[in-house]
Amino acid sequence: MNAHPTAPDAPVLEISGLTIQFGGLRAVSGFAERLEGNELVGLIGPNGAGKTTVFNLVSGFYQPSGGTIRINGVDTKGLKPHKVTALGVARTFQNIRLWNEMTVLDNIRVARHGRLGYGFLHAVARSRTYRAREAEIEREAMELLAVFQLDRHAHDLPKNLSYGTQRKLEIARALAGKPKLLLLDEPAAGLNSADIQELIRLVRWIHASFDVTIWMIEHHMDVMMELCQRIKVIDFGETIADGTPDEIRNHPAVISAYLGDDQI
Amino acid sequence: MLASLLQNLINALQWGSFYALIALGYTMVYGVLTLINFAHGDVFMVGAYIAFFVASFLLAAVGLPGWAALVLAIPLTMLLTSLVGVSLERIAYRPLRRKGVDRLYVVITALMCGLILEHANLATFGASRKAFPTLLDEQVYTVAGVSVTNLKLAVIATALLVFLVLQRIVTKTRIGMAMRAIACDRFAVPLMGISVDTVIVATFALGSGLAGLAGLLFAMSYPILEPYMGALIGWKAFIAAVVGGIGDIRGAFLGGFLLGAVEIMVVAFFPSTFRDLIAFSVLMLILVWKPTGLFGVARTTKI
Amino acid sequence: MQRYSVPFLLAIAGALLVYGAKAEWLSLYVVSVLMFMGVNVILATSLNLVNGYMGEFSCGHAGFMCVGAYTASILGVLLFSGHKAFGEAWLGPELAVWGFPVLVIAGGIAAALTGLAVAVPSYRTRGDYLAIITLAANYIILSVIENLDIIGGSRGFMGMKKIVNGMEETLELPWMPLWVFVFTVLSVWLLRRYLSSTYGKGVMAICQNEVAAEIMSVNTDRIKTVTFMLSSGLAGVGGALFAFILGYVNPGSFNILKSTEVLVMVYLGGMGSLSGSVLAAILFTLLLEGFRFVIPWLNDLLHQLSLVPESYEVSQVWKWVLIPLLLIVIMQFRPEGIMGNRELGDLFPKLKRFYRFK
Repeated sequence: MNAHPTAPDAPVLEISGLTIQFGGLRAVSGFAERLEGNELVGLIGPNGAGKTTVFNLVSGFYQPSGGTIRINGVDTKGLKPHKVTALGVARTFQNIRLWNEMTVLDNIRVARHGRLGYGFLHAVARSRTYRAREAEIEREAMELLAVFQLDRHAHDLPKNLSYGTQRKLEIARALAGKPKLLLLDEPAAGLNSADIQELIRLVRWIHASFDVTIWMIEHHMDVMMELCQRIKVIDFGETIADGTPDEIRNHPAVISAYLGDDQI
Repeated sequence: MLASLLQNLINALQWGSFYALIALGYTMVYGVLTLINFAHGDVFMVGAYIAFFVASFLLAAVGLPGWAALVLAIPLTMLLTSLVGVSLERIAYRPLRRKGVDRLYVVITALMCGLILEHANLATFGASRKAFPTLLDEQVYTVAGVSVTNLKLAVIATALLVFLVLQRIVTKTRIGMAMRAIACDRFAVPLMGISVDTVIVATFALGSGLAGLAGLLFAMSYPILEPYMGALIGWKAFIAAVVGGIGDIRGAFLGGFLLGAVEIMVVAFFPSTFRDLIAFSVLMLILVWKPTGLFGVARTTKI
Repeated sequence: MQRYSVPFLLAIAGALLVYGAKAEWLSLYVVSVLMFMGVNVILATSLNLVNGYMGEFSCGHAGFMCVGAYTASILGVLLFSGHKAFGEAWLGPELAVWGFPVLVIAGGIAAALTGLAVAVPSYRTRGDYLAIITLAANYIILSVIENLDIIGGSRGFMGMKKIVNGMEETLELPWMPLWVFVFTVLSVWLLRRYLSSTYGKGVMAICQNEVAAEIMSVNTDRIKTVTFMLSSGLAGVGGALFAFILGYVNPGSFNILKSTEVLVMVYLGGMGSLSGSVLAAILFTLLLEGFRFVIPWLNDLLHQLSLVPESYEVSQVWKWVLIPLLLIVIMQFRPEGIMGNRELGDLFPKLKRFYRFK
């Protein structure tokens, strides 16, 4: 369905030499990463280290000043975000960005926009294609809501849901487009400790049951240490460490740049 | 050739001065409230009418000579017009703002206020045009084939003076700094011990006062008044403000003079019916090329 | 029953209108008010698509209406009635009966293409800056027409009455009320279908969070283009009908005041509510007409009470003082408009059992 050929054995995400400048400031410089299928990897760093900027670059919201990003082997240079999404990338946001005046079900349906299989004329003519596709989209959306145990909220507005449920809905929405790579940008932000425990279970369950690579940014170290197979640490846009949670925990550069402040 | 160019330049400066003075009111209110005060063009029209009544009263009833009437008419017109602007704010906009409604509803209310001003005027004073009395004996100075009237010079000088004074107000006075501060952060200003409402009232008073001044000068330059005179000139001044970069005082002047120059040049080379067409097209192209205006700062979405 | 109730009611309403007009059981005045109501419904619902559903602020809807009106009129005169500037009609008035819907649709298409002029800048900018572009577009369109002497310039263009008469001579039916009714229903229906499809819900996604829409695979540029073109195209359809109802158009009928009227209807009805816009368009048309009768009465009353000087007549101009005043008061008490962003079915959930409109 998408126009971009994908190489079957290419890594899900391959970034090399990624650099972006805002005015004189190098927000990210020389960043590299390689994610294989079904990995669960973390990205950490102090505030302003450039983590979200990396996600914004990968999802096509910013264009890099240098370096390349390949998703399933396809270079994303010059692609608009919705085209990048069509390559199999989905993400959530630090501050939840749901469509608050649309029902939960519609939030999931619209996330299928890139792969509708019909256009304007089908929609207004209510053609057979349209009806078949809409029925399928609705069925799949309800199924997705059911596995996330959100189906009882299907006809509620997201703004009326609890904060934790909104987080969950945002993750469900990201999965609606059947991505190969899921970017979670601080999914635990604003959650209480009970919700955080549920989030850990949720991410682990998604990782086990969906065929998806998860790359996440998070400030809660316990969440990262518990979930991630590998963690990369950046500061001022540069990578300072990369390794397993245990290695990161004991890495001197990380402790001085980041964890050290936390432990005082 | 050079003489005609200079001549057009002076005409453009005078014509642009009106746009600039009106654009200021738009841009200041926008800067403070992010509200497009669509009634502002009609406030200008009301300013011209106020000037008419004040001047006629001073000349006929009081029997002052022209220059004395002018000296008195300037502050009186500005004061009365700013009262009109402030009343609009108090009666129509503030209650809506208090309710915290979407600002587009306030914009619609502003549009309605403009209609009311226009048609109340039309209904009260009739459709017949009013001829503005002569306050200043016109003198024409001709230097090297370029002729300038004292009135033209006065208009241009006033606009420049207003620019300098305003720059001083917004950079040096407490209230002016508060105006700029509100544009950056609505919620921090009360913390600094300045009431937001005071700043808003001051903005409306200043903007409308300048519209009144523009009305007086316009009526002296083109001494025929009619209720719809503010509508088109107001819309254009607003577009000029946007092209300059709305919310920025320098932008209002730049946009105003630019629009004046474009219109004068169009009239110099094309039939005058092309004026609006070309002026609007140029402005639209500038906006398409630089969507936030010449002095405007693009605000990036942070995600 | 749920499925057929709306078409059934519409068929009855259409039949009543046509019969009433033909049997002169509805006076010419009532019929023309009903036709303007239809045009206003088209204008208000189509502007609501952009201002309410997509959350942009277009204030130049009358410009697109103007393009539709002139395109349909000029094409109609060329094909069916002839004009002093263009010579003999190419086809002759007897074919107008069949050609009329084509004229209206051609007006819509021309307006939709003009809508691109606003859609393209909307990729990069939104909010107040886009509002200015729509405003400028409105002025530019009028100015172009004023400078085209071949179609009458600012004096206007006529010749459409002949076409309407030609239609009635070929087959004696009140064609104009019929077509206005048909196009009104079609327009609202088209909008409803668009907005209730997953494709069209992209419009609301852009309004509610454009970043999320783009990231969640909505091609925002394309949706904006389709939406602006649909909205301006329907405005063109409304304009074309307007031109043939009046039989005469001039650029002055499509100025900012007209755009403001449409804006008022949208906000009065509620942003993001089609039924609100329909309701508001009907009420607003009635309000405008009502003042025709209220003002002379007000004049007599004020004179009897000696509240105004003998020589002063309270004229129709006061309409444009009183209506905005009324709207300002309404805004103070119900700023979200009549319906807010809800539809009829949301307000009266029980009604949903009796109709379906998609």
